[in-house]
Amino acid sequence: MNTTIKFKIDGREIIAEKGQTIVEAAKANGVYIPTLCNFEGLPPKGCCRMCTIRISNRYMTSCTTPVAEGMEVESDIPEITDFRKGIVELLFVSGNHFCPACEKSGNCELQALAYRFKMMVPRFPFLFPQKGIDATNPKIIKEQNRCILCKRCIKGIKDDEGRSYFAYKNRGNKLEVVLDEKMGKEITDALARKAMDNCPVGSIIYKELGYYQPIGKRKYDKKPIGSEIEI
Amino acid sequence: MKNEIITITSKYQDDRHRLMDILIDIHDLYGYVSEADIELLSERLGMSEVEINETITFYHFFSRTPRGQFNIFLNNSITACMRGHDLVKKALEEACGTTFGSVSQDGMFGLYSTSCIGMNDQGPSAIINDKVFTNLTTYRVMKLVADLKSGKSPDEAIYESTGDGNNSDPYVRAMVFNNIRKRMVILDKDHIKFEVVRSLLKGHSPEEIIDIVENSNLRGRGGAGFPTGLKWHFGRRVESEHRVIICNADEGEPGTFKDRVLLTEFPDLVFEGMVIAAYATGADIGLVYLRYEYRYLYKFLNHILDKMRKEGLLGKNIAGIKEFNFDIRIQLGAGAYVCGEESALIESLEGKRGEPRDKPPFPVEKGYLNYPTIVNNVETLATTVRIVKNGADWFKGFGTKDSLGTKLLSVSGDCKFPGIYEVEWGTSIREVIEMSGADDVQAVQVGGPSGVMISVKDIDDLGTTELMKWYKPSGMMVAQKTFDRKLSYSDLPTGGSIMIFNNKRDLLKEVVMNFMDFFIEESCGSCSTCRNLPFIMKQKLQKILDGHGVRKDIDDLLSWGKIIKISRCGLGQTSANPIVSSILNFRYLYEQHVKAMADFDNVFDLEKSVEAANSFVGRKANFHHA
Ligand SMILES: Cc1cc2nc3c(=O)[nH]c(=O)nc-3n(C[C@H](O)[C@H](O)[C@H](O)COP(=O)(O)O)c2cc1C
Ligand code: SF4
Repeated sequence: MNTTIKFKIDGREIIAEKGQTIVEAAKANGVYIPTLCNFEGLPPKGCCRMCTIRISNRYMTSCTTPVAEGMEVESDIPEITDFRKGIVELLFVSGNHFCPACEKSGNCELQALAYRFKMMVPRFPFLFPQKGIDATNPKIIKEQNRCILCKRCIKGIKDDEGRSYFAYKNRGNKLEVVLDEKMGKEITDALARKAMDNCPVGSIIYKELGYYQPIGKRKYDKKPIGSEIEI
Repeated sequence: MKNEIITITSKYQDDRHRLMDILIDIHDLYGYVSEADIELLSERLGMSEVEINETITFYHFFSRTPRGQFNIFLNNSITACMRGHDLVKKALEEACGTTFGSVSQDGMFGLYSTSCIGMNDQGPSAIINDKVFTNLTTYRVMKLVADLKSGKSPDEAIYESTGDGNNSDPYVRAMVFNNIRKRMVILDKDHIKFEVVRSLLKGHSPEEIIDIVENSNLRGRGGAGFPTGLKWHFGRRVESEHRVIICNADEGEPGTFKDRVLLTEFPDLVFEGMVIAAYATGADIGLVYLRYEYRYLYKFLNHILDKMRKEGLLGKNIAGIKEFNFDIRIQLGAGAYVCGEESALIESLEGKRGEPRDKPPFPVEKGYLNYPTIVNNVETLATTVRIVKNGADWFKGFGTKDSLGTKLLSVSGDCKFPGIYEVEWGTSIREVIEMSGADDVQAVQVGGPSGVMISVKDIDDLGTTELMKWYKPSGMMVAQKTFDRKLSYSDLPTGGSIMIFNNKRDLLKEVVMNFMDFFIEESCGSCSTCRNLPFIMKQKLQKILDGHGVRKDIDDLLSWGKIIKISRCGLGQTSANPIVSSILNFRYLYEQHVKAMADFDNVFDLEKSVEAANSFVGRKANFHHA
């Protein structure tokens, strides 16, 4: 059976495997669709809406939508670019993001996307929400001011029995991601490091290892986000 | 304490998918879930503590802190506010000696606000320890609280007689009224119960039943309008060990209460519809997701299910049809509007927070516990019974070309006769206004937020994008000049909520603000857009109402309203509608408030901001900027 699928993104032909998502297929073909809550190896959950695309006049998230023969995807068009920039701005105003003082600066995907979309001043008013910092865990700091609630830690950091170290709490604009107190005490160094690396922003900080990579030599200091994919 | 929790979890085989039931049982015992309970649950269910907390903190009727002996959940829908909600609220605070959102010092009363509880035609109403109290006034509140203080139970306090029809059934005993104003075919009292299952199914193959429903062009009555026959068809196609029929009785759209009346007066019809759907699709598992607010119907509905089992209408070889095995269980929700969205409902049924799923896959492919699942609204299921009995052609005799049959409307607000009206599709807003005895009407809100519909061209390749043509009805605020518009899928689609506002109402300050609060309160919070934008847009509207608005603020609202369309589910996608549709239909209301000349207003008013300090120190500051 033929498992190859052909479709188009912004008029460009993409060759994909059946079962791939649009994001995966785009990446394999050198087309960058910005993502934030998506993380390779974890089941996608369209939380951030960043990878929104348009197919037959309907908005879909490309991280959750499987490829289909002949479909025409619109991605890099002014309307959608503006939506994506709007999302970056929403995430900035709904948290407290002070990039120069953040350990993740330069490795932060939110910051990198803000640069990519040339965000100057967000169109929305800053909300300056009151949020806390949970530093009670011996290995991890959970900085709620920076959390963008993407679920990557919830999905990715689990113990051998499949129990999550992190989970949501509350709903709506009171939503938070919290770390399990008991399980968190037992977390291994490796998993705590992984949790920090999983986090797209500086909300999960591995303790006692500040600035191990100097600012200026970090991932997005040299090249804008997405340039590793684009051809 | 420990033993009690273990008894509860054992009752549900320590199954994490039954976490909702487990938590409801714990609340019945203790009123809240303590740290120690969570620890024990985590051991028994093999989940981390934060995972259990995730479910608890999602639902309005669950609590992590002790609640009162009597917990009063006062409904804050717009129509309740129009009928004295604020006075009732104040009276409750005074009588109970505590403020909303807290428990009185003696631990006797907990006061809480809650979104629409399906009693818009008899508000303000409140739920007290799962019992509903309607038509509240300050006088009734004082009497009620005094009764509770004197040792009466809420049940005994329903002294002012119970409501009409089955509301007085010994299994219900509720102070709720049906207010049925107009009956046609669905609300027809003279039907023979379970006639279709008993005598008609046998003569038809499942495919034939689906054909009848498909030919009738029945579309889902939950708001999204998906063709029911097609949905059944899909549900049948996927190979699976089990198949599930879910009756969506979450009825949370502000202003709807018709499912409540159907469940009260025609529960047999709803359950019969489920049995028919099961026969047609080959389902063996039946679930009713009943919103917590309707818990007072729980015993009554279970009693009917028991009767059906005894009469061979549920269980094995139903109605003598070999190998037709199907049973129904009622699952209670716990207070979350978004759980009416079918995939969020399924998550909730699995014991999780009600966060909608990404589609594809659709529930008909992978739903409850990954089995193919058909979710239908209460009214849809009841309608299928009539269709199978009388035939598709009979059904086509009602309604318009694109919208066949009748529809139950829940009419509330400024009118003489709020209640349930069964009308043919194609009825105009003007006719509804006349029927309900409303005059001096300023605006009519048709349909709240609702789901998403797909229509599928090629049923052999479910899941590919071209197959999903969404259709999105949305809450609409209709102005006078358009009262001749008709209720139909092509003009004004609706799940049945009709709210009428007269000319004395401040549409922006009262109505639109109330709707925005609803969306802010009920968002599941998963999407970056729906979590943040309704709040930001409400702030902007407040800015305008405070007299700080400029023209650009109105344009900003329209353009921000577009971004929210990329949210995952119908809740987010429609959450800007109160603002957007009121700008489109009532722009002059906005323009009255904004400054015509100014281009910019940053809201900051130096003189005002030091006013309090000035009066405190008793002198006037000198300003140098003017
Ligand atoms: C936020 C939201 C809330 C919903 N609430 C309900 C509800 O309370 N009852 C209902 O039947 N459908 C509700 N729906 C629609 C359901 O997702 C689904 O389409 C419906 O139950 C399907 O049944 P039907 O085809 O018979 O209408 C809601 C949808 C959304 C997006
Ligand atoms: S649109 Fe809102 S309610 Fe729906 S999934 Fe997204 S955050 Fe949740």
